[in-house]
Amino acid sequence: MGALGHFLEREGIATSQISLIREQTAALKPPRALWVPFMLGRPFGAPDEPDFQRRVLHALLMLFERPTGPVLEDFPEDAPEGASHEAETTFACPVSFAKAAVDDGKLDAALKREIAQLAPWYDLAKKRRRRSTVGISGLGIEGAASHAASYLDSTPAAPYAGLSAGVALKRACDDLKAYYYEAVAAQPGNLKAGDIEHWFWHETTAARVFLAIQQVCLNSPDKSLLPLGRISLVPRSVQHALTEAKRQS
Amino acid sequence: MVRMADIPEWERHHHLDKIGELPDFGITPFVAGPPLRQRRVAIVTTAGLHVRNDRAFDPGAADYRIIPGDTPPADLVMSHTSVNFDRSGFQEDVNVVFPLERLRELAAGKQVGSVSDYHYSFMGAAPILALEPKARELASLLKKDGVDAVLLSPV
Repeated sequence: MGALGHFLEREGIATSQISLIREQTAALKPPRALWVPFMLGRPFGAPDEPDFQRRVLHALLMLFERPTGPVLEDFPEDAPEGASHEAETTFACPVSFAKAAVDDGKLDAALKREIAQLAPWYDLAKKRRRRSTVGISGLGIEGAASHAASYLDSTPAAPYAGLSAGVALKRACDDLKAYYYEAVAAQPGNLKAGDIEHWFWHETTAARVFLAIQQVCLNSPDKSLLPLGRISLVPRSVQHALTEAKRQS
Repeated sequence: MVRMADIPEWERHHHLDKIGELPDFGITPFVAGPPLRQRRVAIVTTAGLHVRNDRAFDPGAADYRIIPGDTPPADLVMSHTSVNFDRSGFQEDVNVVFPLERLRELAAGKQVGSVSDYHYSFMGAAPILALEPKARELASLLKKDGVDAVLLSPV
């Protein structure tokens, strides 16, 4: 992000940026930056908090009134209560990833059952929010599930829409995850971001499918699948917890 | 993000180790301009957002997508390749990443001059220096739209 500030400003366009990782921004020295103490993915603090978002935005805009730079200012407020991530605590615990009592050989059917069970909650979320972020793959949720689950077999589905196998699988998996996240957020309990992430990775069959796919990607001769195995399927926090659990066992 | 002191050591190392990989941009450019209440503002995000029927971002993509100002929030989706940031906030409320509605409110209150007709999105996982050609192109487009203030929003 700091690089874009340099590039645009060199061309005569004034910029003011949100900084999520202060130390990196301090090193890059962009023209104007507002560091915010919010979780990655939430540069304006919290969803459905328009007053708070407006205060962050106003502070960001006010940096245009500064006569000289570079400017790196700290936003003084934490995100509103209820917006904390809690990943530090949730993923510090040993993980089992085995709550769903399903044989590895039957993950495909279990995934489809789980998707069907979540459907009413997904539908409710979509109705309440009047939107859904599912749809990157263009396959529909059942199609995305079938495509992803095919990697559990010896003959994965062919890529679609002219994509590489890796990109096609990534989009199918992103759709699946968005479906689960949106569905569970509609359930009672007002789940925080960390709760949702914890639920997905610790309690769902989908996570078991993802972890199995990760191994397939790491061992595949198709190099387009390697990034999924390494970094773009399983979050660092989950990977770290798995590694620690394995080390301690 | 959360303060470095508050996150696990392994995650702290991950972020701090990246500092050594950052390019040296030399002297920071700094463009002066009119008061905020006279500025025309656009949002440029690196969240990998795009209109639902637009092309999704490929891994490492250094190009941008146009987000017309009249795009309904329901039409915005995200195809960022990273799995290491929260998406549940964006799924609930676009403005936590792309605060166009908040910007319009500030413009209606005369706190900023006007809101651009076009906004733009990159995918933040692109190699940092690969963004420069498209950023230069973007600057030219922003000038044609009369934009003299760009808000940069990462994830």
